[in-house]
Parts: sequence; C-alpha cells; structure tokens
Amino acid sequence: MDFAFMRDTFLTLIGGVPLTLNLAFMAVGLGAVLAMLLALMRMSGLKVLDWPAQAYVFVFRGTPLLVQIFLIYYGLGQFRPALQEWGLWTFFREPYWCAVFALTLNTAAYASEIIRGGLQSVPYNQVEAARACGMSGFLLFRRVIFPIAVRQALPAYGSEIILMVKATSLASIITMMEVTGLAAKLISQSFRAVEVFVVAGLIYLVLNFIITRIIMAIEWWLSPHLRRPPAIEPRLEAAHV
Amino acid sequence: MKFVKTVGLALLGSALAIGAAAAQEKTVKIATEGAYAPWNFTGAGGKLEGFEIDLANDLCARMKVKCEIVAQDWDGIIPALQAKKYDAVMAGMSITEERKKTIDFAGPYANSPNGFLVAKNSPLAKMPGMGEAFNLSTQQAAAEKAIEAYKPLLKGKTVGVQGSTIHSNFADKYLKGTAEIREYKTTEQHDLDLAAGRIDAVLADATAIIGTLEKPEFNKDYTLAGPSITGGLLGAGVGVGLRKGETELKKSFDEAIQAAIKDGTVKKLSEKWFKIDTTPRV
Repeated sequence: MDFAFMRDTFLTLIGGVPLTLNLAFMAVGLGAVLAMLLALMRMSGLKVLDWPAQAYVFVFRGTPLLVQIFLIYYGLGQFRPALQEWGLWTFFREPYWCAVFALTLNTAAYASEIIRGGLQSVPYNQVEAARACGMSGFLLFRRVIFPIAVRQALPAYGSEIILMVKATSLASIITMMEVTGLAAKLISQSFRAVEVFVVAGLIYLVLNFIITRIIMAIEWWLSPHLRRPPAIEPRLEAAHV
Repeated sequence: MKFVKTVGLALLGSALAIGAAAAQEKTVKIATEGAYAPWNFTGAGGKLEGFEIDLANDLCARMKVKCEIVAQDWDGIIPALQAKKYDAVMAGMSITEERKKTIDFAGPYANSPNGFLVAKNSPLAKMPGMGEAFNLSTQQAAAEKAIEAYKPLLKGKTVGVQGSTIHSNFADKYLKGTAEIREYKTTEQHDLDLAAGRIDAVLADATAIIGTLEKPEFNKDYTLAGPSITGGLLGAGVGVGLRKGETELKKSFDEAIQAAIKDGTVKKLSEKWFKIDTTPRV
C-alpha cells in the first residue's frame, strides 16, 4: 500500500462527495413525498387507487436500478421529439435530473412499503384512546398515528437511506462524476484498482456512519417512553419535616 | 524385471506425450472490450466479432497457439491483465507513455487518427482542418495550431468522449474550459447521446466514427469533422497489451504482427472492417 498515493486519491475522490450526497438527498426527499402518497393509495381501500400503487411498487422493486437508469436516460433519449413537444426535454436532457428521477422513482417504491408497514403497525387501541379523547381526522393522524408510525418505520427507513447513498454510484454510467465515477477515472489513469477502491469504500463507510448516527439520534429522540426516567433523588430536608 | 521395465517405459512415454501435447496446446487468453465497433464488438449472434477478433485468430495461427478470446469491461482491462485473468489485451488500446509505465506492448498493429462526429446541420460540421492530418509528436506546433483553429467553435458546447481513453486525455488537455466534457463508459453510449441531442459532438477514433456512420440512423444526418490528429498523448498506434516481463510472449506477438503486416493481412482486415487502411507506417 502506497499511502502518499492513497492520500492523493482521497483528495480527488472527496470532490465527488457533494454530488453523491446531493443525488442521495434529493432522491430520498422527493422519494419520501411520493412514497407517502403511494402508501396512502395502498391503504385507501379503493381499488382504483390501490391497484396502480401496487403495480408501481411491483415494477420498481422488481427491476434492477441499473436497468431503470439506462431506460430513463438512454431509452427516453430516443423519444426526444415527443418529449420536446410536451416541454419535458429540458428536464430529461440533463443527466443530473435523469439520475435524480430514476433514484426517486426507485426509492419511492421501497419507502412506500416501509411507510405502509409503519402506519399499519400503530396499535388500534391507541387510535381508539385518541378517539375517546375526541381526536379525529387530521388531528388524530398528526398527534397519534404519524409519530408512532414514524418511530416504527425509522429503522427500515434508515436502511433505505443508506442503500440510496450507495445506489448513487450507478449514476456514473450516465456521465455523473460522483465518488465511484471519479474512482473509475483514477483507476484508468493509475491502474491501481485496489488502493482506489479501498479509499472509495472508506468514503462511503464514513458517509454512512454519519447517517446511521443521525438516524440513531432521531430514534432516541422519538422514543422517550423507552428511556429510563431520570432518577428522583429523595430530598434530604423533606425527610426531617 | 522385464515387466517393470515395460511399464516404466510406457509411463515415461505417456508422460512425454502429454508434455508434448501440452506444449502444442499452449493457450493464450486474449481480452477484448466487445463494445468498440468495428474493432471488437458483440455481433447479432452474441459472438465477439471485429477487426481485432479476426487479427487475433490470425496472429494465434502464426504463433501456433490456441487462443481464447474473452470480453472484459474497458475500465478494468489493465488491472485484470495484471491480476493474470488473461495474458494479452487486444482492445483498440493505444500505446501511450502512461500505459507503458504499467504494461508492455507488442506491435503496433494499427494506427488511426481521431476526429469529431457531429450533426450535418450543426455549425460544427464546418470545423476547419477537415482532411488535414497532423502528428503531435513530430509536428507539435502545427497540430496545436489546428486545435486552436477549431476551439472557438466548441465554446460552450458539450463534447462526449469514452472515459479512460486517449480521447478523454486529449479532451482534458486541449478542450477543458472551452467545452463541457462528458465521459461515457462505451462509444455506443456517446453515440446514443449525440443522436438524442444531449451532446453537440463526439470526439473519438476516426475508425469508430466511420463504424458509427455506417449505421442507418447516423449515415444521413451525421458526419466526420475536424483535422486528423495522431501522436503525442494520442499514443503511438494500437498494440497488444502484455504484462511486463513476458518477453517470450511479446517476442512471438511482435514477430506475428510483423509477418501479418508484411504479407498484407493487416491491410486486408483493416479495409474489411474500417474501409480505410490503418496499417502502421514504420
């Protein structure tokens, strides 16, 4: 191992981190909105809403992300006249937006099932208790169902965020030079695959370490009922009264 | 005693026979990319085809070895050679100073210039220098002047190149800051993006561009433009990549290539696949 070379590699690859995080967070953020919508469609009890959502999840979970990125970027590129007519070409012309689009659609499919699981795991007696207190509709959702569902879904959702950070590495096939794209370029210049990939792997590891810590902190913050209550010291002066 | 002797001799004889067979059946594993038409590509039947496949089979016949040709992604083609996954690389790989630090080359067996692939109705189609040829090693000043002459046209345009190639090195050195450079994994991908209108020009090997122009979706609306530039960081022709220290294999490849150039096989194959003669001039 040549440590001077690895330091130079690190300095080059770190330049790809903003794009990697940008892609991951754009996709997770937009994907969460779409996933919420899909989860509500699935739980609506209406077949016209439930079936399209089921079909969507089936297609996007059942096909490789690599294939989805290829189809969206190179596939839609062949329908340029139609897309231009609809005014969508300025969006699909850019590899960045194609990457965000593909990653968003993909993560939404997985996340919608995680959110549905979270929502359905809210104990019914808690909902009933809330109703007994006079809560209903959006108030019930905001105060009782949603916080409990988020807490239940968080561990699985955290995994999904980590998977998305790693999935951005596929964006290099559509010319986005994120960490893996830069690593491939460096390997072609230096022919030292081991050192470069070790450094690239470490960068992903550090990014995901930070993300898991943040998720753990949110989990802790959302579970006050699982924490030991602060011990109450008996007040000495009170004993003498 | 006689029996033991007979058995011993028989054993010795068969061992020698196996040894001789092994020597005759020496296999050389050659890697190619399989996505660089017309040099090497995967044909309609799923089999590897192209100039280098034909040439490899011819060279192997001359070297009296059995050849196995495998496809390998371009990005990992040199690291896998060093990891002994195969013994030689014939994948349109140019002999550059940078690569020579890591591997050896036999040959060259071809030499072809670079150029731009652009839409016929684009202003880039009238790029100055079309039909002129420059060598960056021997006529550096003239070649760089020719590059400066077409640079203003590329200002603000997007140019596609295949990553990790002499063309991406060329683009990084001469076009960075003038045009936006996008790197693709394969030449097929930048061709698709040119057709989709995401990029304004493709910088590639003239033979690859000629190959693309033969496709029905390209031959009507696209054209080759710009001067032909060789040498310098574009390398000294295309050769067989070999691990350092394999002098015997290098020697036999070099001899086979020389023989194939001498008897016109290289010229014949290059005209068959590229429509032009890419035989290296010594």
